Amino acid sequence: MYKGGRIIASLVFVVALLSLPFFYNMGKGNKGPVINLNTSAILQLADKQCVEPTEWMRANHMKLLLQWREEAVRMGKTEYINSQGKSFKISLQTCLHCHYDPALNTSDQFCVSCHNYTAVKPNCWSCHTWPKEAGK
Amino acid sequence: MFERALTGSRRYWTWIFLLLAVIAVGFYSYLKQYSYGLGLTGMSRDVSWGLYIAQFTFLVGVAASAVMLVLPYYLHDFKKFGKMVILGEFLAIPSVIMSMLFIIVDMGQPLRVFNVILYPSPHSMMFWDMLVLFGYLVLNIIIGWTTLGAESKGSPTPAWVKPIIYLSIPWAVSIHTVTAFLYAGLPGRHLWLSAIMAARFLASAFAAGPSILILLCLLVRRVSKFDPDPGVGAIQSLVKIVTYAMIANVFFYMLELFTAFYSNIPEAKAPLKYLFAGLDGHTRLVPFMWTATILAFVGIGLLLFPSTRKNDKILPLALVAIIIANWIDKGMGLVIGGFIPNPFDRVTEYVITNIEIAVTLGVYAIGMLFITILYKVAISVREQKDR
Amino acid sequence: MSLNRRRFLRKAGMVTALGLGGTFVITGLRGKVEASEYETPQQGLVAKRWAMVVDMSKFKTKEDYNRVIEACHSVHNVPGLGNPKDEIKWIWNEDYEHAFTSQNNRYMKESVKNHPFIVLCNHCENPPCVRACPTEATFQRPDGIVDMDFHRCIGCRFCMAACPYGARSFNFRDPRPFIKEINPDFPTRTLGVVEKCNFCVERLEKGLMPACVEKSKGGLIFGDLDDPRSEVRKIVSSQYTIRRKPELGTQPSVYYLVGGGDLV
Repeated sequence: MYKGGRIIASLVFVVALLSLPFFYNMGKGNKGPVINLNTSAILQLADKQCVEPTEWMRANHMKLLLQWREEAVRMGKTEYINSQGKSFKISLQTCLHCHYDPALNTSDQFCVSCHNYTAVKPNCWSCHTWPKEAGK
Repeated sequence: MFERALTGSRRYWTWIFLLLAVIAVGFYSYLKQYSYGLGLTGMSRDVSWGLYIAQFTFLVGVAASAVMLVLPYYLHDFKKFGKMVILGEFLAIPSVIMSMLFIIVDMGQPLRVFNVILYPSPHSMMFWDMLVLFGYLVLNIIIGWTTLGAESKGSPTPAWVKPIIYLSIPWAVSIHTVTAFLYAGLPGRHLWLSAIMAARFLASAFAAGPSILILLCLLVRRVSKFDPDPGVGAIQSLVKIVTYAMIANVFFYMLELFTAFYSNIPEAKAPLKYLFAGLDGHTRLVPFMWTATILAFVGIGLLLFPSTRKNDKILPLALVAIIIANWIDKGMGLVIGGFIPNPFDRVTEYVITNIEIAVTLGVYAIGMLFITILYKVAISVREQKDR
Repeated sequence: MSLNRRRFLRKAGMVTALGLGGTFVITGLRGKVEASEYETPQQGLVAKRWAMVVDMSKFKTKEDYNRVIEACHSVHNVPGLGNPKDEIKWIWNEDYEHAFTSQNNRYMKESVKNHPFIVLCNHCENPPCVRACPTEATFQRPDGIVDMDFHRCIGCRFCMAACPYGARSFNFRDPRPFIKEINPDFPTRTLGVVEKCNFCVERLEKGLMPACVEKSKGGLIFGDLDDPRSEVRKIVSSQYTIRRKPELGTQPSVYYLVGGGDLV
């Protein structure tokens, strides 16, 4: 092989470089996100369902939020009638009303902890506010 | 073909690394600006565009000016430009890249740049400008690379490129016309609200762009064995284009002055007063505008007379005068002047910051890196052929 | 060797293109999110063409001006940056001479020239900012309000060049540290987006009048210009009102009622 030694050495180097994150994180505990569903608002709910069924929300909440955003901001349609005919006000505060727990740090809040775990970085909070931040 | 850019003399690599160093400083400054925000620049609520958009405007012109070689050569079979035309196209490519980069560094939310494509808005001139600029970039890459590639293999230029070359001619005019429309269609900005804006843009582009190209050709002649003008008078022909384009540009400017001052409309006069005499005691741009004015006339004078135009020592100086005059007038003069006075008839001046200068130099260094690489490839092909 | 390599690259390219294209088609086919509906709230105030009349006779003291400015800036999380370069404002004072630039004469008394007027976005019928915006981040609603979608703004500031009224501000730096008290019901803005008055769309949909109007003690009158029975329409059709830079054809929706002898 032409310049075989160099090629193999480079390959080993690249593989080592690419696998660095795996070695770096090896052995570190993987406790998963804190999914806190016991906020006082949720406990008071008779029917413990989000704006849509849980399974559906888990897969589609980001699309729903994007659609909420378009409808509310651009079309002025700020009311969402869900698949069961129940009505909700379109606002992140509607989500926070149930999912925000004042007892927890921001990093342990429902959406943050899961997004951190999955390494998703939505930038909602650069403009929208946690109830705690308000009044600061 | 690209491999030709990977071998070179010590001088070549020193230059490359010098550019990379400037790019690194520019990039570092940009990161600072990115994290703090555009507040690190001199721009304000009143003067909301500055150095970056000024460079953008100027460089779109440089990009468009390649047409001054392409048109005579391909449409009128003006053979003198045969060796130079590729250099014109290879100046256009980095110029478009630089102008696009200047838009990016000027944006408040650069990560959202694709919103322009995601939500196409044909009513916005910015949308059209992006389309034509990108199109022009693609056209020039295809044309330049194919013609040079064929030449490097010693085969004739493939026939399918011809229609693309013809298309690039009106396209070049369009990029600068649309850039002028960014300004000329805004109510309430009286310096810009002028039907002659696109014509002025084209005239100044066809003066400044070819001037830069000639300087590059003189440099190429000096540092390589390839001569873009081996005694056929290509440079002198291009100089005549520069001269008359610059005369047209100055003439158009005087038309603006006439309309503003003879009509005596206060809004039309105010920005011009600010530029040439100062307004309410604010005179920051006055020295620049008079420098531009003097350089424009000196440049035209030197280029008009055959004795000075044909003098190897004076010609480059005259061209530099033309370039600087245009760079001031069409860059800072036009952009900043348009925002002063503001819609409340108040003057807020614009003061450039170091961050802005560093980012600007960084972008120019990226452009020069592209020019260097592209020219290196073109020159290597030509040197090999000449041998 | 080189021919093989070329063929390999070509095939690899084709497979990649197929893969990417395939994913795109599959994602595209998934379709609508859910069988649900979106509605405008019932209690919301609606109009065909919202407009405002500024009754200058009601603005006497400094307090009359500051009250409406403060009302707006606090509900909308407008930061107080404290310097004119980065300044953000939705509604503010500008003296007559500078608000109505072409309607001066040199014999005007200083007190008239310097008389403060309330200025804000004019919500033009033909808004140049909407025309300029390359992403439709600034758009015109069917009720005439020129609104902004901060999510979409790329911060090119073309709208600021286009607006002949200087109504737009840009977030040159992070506004959050400069907001005295954050109102969680309205978003703050982020670095690098443009903002301006939105005629309180978020309050209209709740059935409330704009914040400035509510606090103006009758100095700001808000209503549907298209409705002949509305107060704004009655004033605009029967009394002498002026608008800023009407000659530009933008058709501002903010009218100034300047009764005779009011400005002294």
